[in-house]
Amino acid sequence: MLTIRDLDVWFGHVPDRVDAVRQATFTVQQGESFGLVGESGSGKSTILRAIAGLIPTWSGRIEVDGRVLDRDRRDRAFFKTVQMVFQDPYASLHPRHSVDAVLAETLRLQGMDRIDQRIVRLLDDVGLGQGFRFRYPHQLSGGQRQRVAIARALAAEPRVLLLDEPTSALDVSVQAEILNLLADLRAEHGLTYLMVSHDLAVVGHMCDRLAVMQQGRIVEVMEVGDLRRGAGRADYTRHLIDASGGYRREA
Amino acid sequence: MSAVSRRDWLLSDAPRTRCQARLGALYQGWLTFRANRLAMLGLVILILLIGMAILAPWIAPQSPFAQDLANRLQPPSAAHWLGTDALGRDILSRLIHGSRITLFIVGTVALIAPVIGLFIGTVAGFAGGWVDQVLMRITDIFLAFPKLILALAFVAALGPSIGNAVLALALTAWPPYARLARAETLTIRNADFIAAARLQGAGRLRLLVRHIWPLCVSSLIVRVALDMAGIILSAAGLGFLGLGAQPPMPEWGAMISDGRAYILDFWWVAAMPGIAIFTVSMAFNLLGDGLRDVLDPKGDKS
Amino acid sequence: MTEPLLSVRDLSVTFPTRQGSFQAVRGISFDLGRERLGVVGESGSGKSMTGRAILGLVRPPGQVQASALTLQGQSILNLPDRQMRKIRGGRISMVMQDPKFSLNPVMTVGQQIIEAYRLHASAPRDQARQKALEMLEAVQIRDPERVMNAYPHEVSGGMGQRIMIAMMLAPDPQILIADEPTSALDVSVRTEVLNIMDRLVRDRGMGLIFISHDLNLVAQFCDRVLIMYAGRIVETLPARDLHQARHPYTRGLLDSLPRLDAPVDRLPVLQRQDSWRDADLLAPHADTDLPGGL
Repeated sequence: MLTIRDLDVWFGHVPDRVDAVRQATFTVQQGESFGLVGESGSGKSTILRAIAGLIPTWSGRIEVDGRVLDRDRRDRAFFKTVQMVFQDPYASLHPRHSVDAVLAETLRLQGMDRIDQRIVRLLDDVGLGQGFRFRYPHQLSGGQRQRVAIARALAAEPRVLLLDEPTSALDVSVQAEILNLLADLRAEHGLTYLMVSHDLAVVGHMCDRLAVMQQGRIVEVMEVGDLRRGAGRADYTRHLIDASGGYRREA
Repeated sequence: MSAVSRRDWLLSDAPRTRCQARLGALYQGWLTFRANRLAMLGLVILILLIGMAILAPWIAPQSPFAQDLANRLQPPSAAHWLGTDALGRDILSRLIHGSRITLFIVGTVALIAPVIGLFIGTVAGFAGGWVDQVLMRITDIFLAFPKLILALAFVAALGPSIGNAVLALALTAWPPYARLARAETLTIRNADFIAAARLQGAGRLRLLVRHIWPLCVSSLIVRVALDMAGIILSAAGLGFLGLGAQPPMPEWGAMISDGRAYILDFWWVAAMPGIAIFTVSMAFNLLGDGLRDVLDPKGDKS
Repeated sequence: MTEPLLSVRDLSVTFPTRQGSFQAVRGISFDLGRERLGVVGESGSGKSMTGRAILGLVRPPGQVQASALTLQGQSILNLPDRQMRKIRGGRISMVMQDPKFSLNPVMTVGQQIIEAYRLHASAPRDQARQKALEMLEAVQIRDPERVMNAYPHEVSGGMGQRIMIAMMLAPDPQILIADEPTSALDVSVRTEVLNIMDRLVRDRGMGLIFISHDLNLVAQFCDRVLIMYAGRIVETLPARDLHQARHPYTRGLLDSLPRLDAPVDRLPVLQRQDSWRDADLLAPHADTDLPGGL
């Protein structure tokens, strides 16, 4: 479904060029949920943004559903296949657009018909009732905003969702709700997920396979079972698993 | 529907229709605005001004042009509440009719300048690259001249008249708005919600008009309201220099200019229009302050 | 049984709103000894507001009320600003979530620590400088001379947070309030920062209020935990017993966390109950018991 080969992503020009991602290579199968984990600055979110066409400075090969992507041009068919959910639900909704306006605009852009019915369906799908349809973002909690963002991503009826730390800005109880919702939607619509997170437990819960990143490089691609057993091949993976186990008082 | 339930309906957290949501948002804004006493004062003054301009022919005690050389330079009295000027015209009547001119100037400039500024600023900020460079250097050129001098040059070239004065003011007033709109655009354009819209296939024009403009407009409105005082003063300045409204039009700045010759012995001739300019300028400033409480997205409490 | 460092009784924080007044904190009471006290809860539970109220940092129109708020027997409730400034930073310090926003970007790190120290200790300049170097060493900064001359944007997030801690600890406060001090940091850096705080509490006999949303972290790091819900403390218990918590809210929070060692198909979701808002405090031990072996 999604193939990344020798992906380099950089920012800026030569004297101050920063290489955010170096030689990343991995494949995500149809219907699979694939995780990208690493610490901040490891380049995991950058990969998502490069796929989405939000960063034009990359080289290598990105293939979605058998089609090779251009550097920054993305056509209608791409937007109908791939959608993204952002990290911060407070920043990803336009402060002056109501839920209704957001979804209606999205549906219209995607060339959908029967917009009214579709909005009703989408809100039901993400577990928000009709009571939320005409609210503005400031009338919603963080979890509700993230549900709206998910509804917006689903409006195009995509087959791949790029999830950029979708729960890191939320409380743990709300995180559980959103993760359950994402799992249900994936089962229901047969979606493929590429999920970025710094939280190994979240990736362990949501994903089938994952890539561990460090300073722009993928150090290891592993099965989630190995992650649970703490069986990383790379030193860095073991260090990461160890550190996320929590705090242990020094002697 | 009783008053209490209408209030609840407006403040509902779960509006049921598009219309209710819009009205609710407006009502919230109105409540915030109403809490600011001084802003309310400004609003009341401006409503009075507008009422005065609309009803000018009916409430003015005399014609603004009727000369009565026998009664020239009369101090305020029962017959002439604010006195008469050098040609014996009733100053109160002239002030009332002059409010139309003031509103015309303010209204037109407020319609033209921010629109030019918004367009140039957001396009520059959003497009970036050489478009940004070119547009901002043009803005810099305009900013490098003192506003009034530039307006003078425009009027001198176009010929003195009230219409040209307005045009000159509008053409010199837009650069600060362009700067402001560009700065706002730069902070907005990398926001996640813009990226999200882009991922839906939204084109540049749509992003600009539907997503960026609504966020820039509110801070522009605040800025315009605060700048109105300056525009009134500039218009008065042009009138004072004889380059704006032409005699016998009762433009407030021109009236001050007329009274200048007698300012020591017959103070009211210049002072009355001066007070009018002062009051209206202040009202706009107070209004702008209140609007900032309502519209400035950075002041959001939620 | 020694006198507690800090004693809070019936603390409330109220904000007036259009729809009447909103109580962010609703009558909470607790004591702080020379221990690591964790305060956990979701956003909006009033945990950060509690920290701010103790330091007198609640901005008007917010109002702080309490029947008692004492620092070693001295009342610090609604003190005038001048006296509060002496206590704040001098005897009680606070470390915020993100060092990027708490350090002044146009002053070097050294200047800021020296300034903070001299504000409370009125020491000569070179002595303050010596102290600043010492503090940077105490928070495990290897090359303190170089860091002293660096500007905040030149240091990493973890380093910034350590600098914040150094700055806050320079005047030797008795209490440190840390509001989500490690949430902005990566896991590997987090451990170092926690180690530093831990050592300082142990060596100097400080009291630490550790405000966090991370239950597991608090369970592992603190001695005692207060769990807050809707402005009240719903449960208080020794940190090592957190996983045996009895309050359904605490249980719900614990259960909703995904775990690497115990995979589930669906995460249990917290079902909120209105009764939690007003129910009595669940306290397995008497209030006077200060755990932590002190």
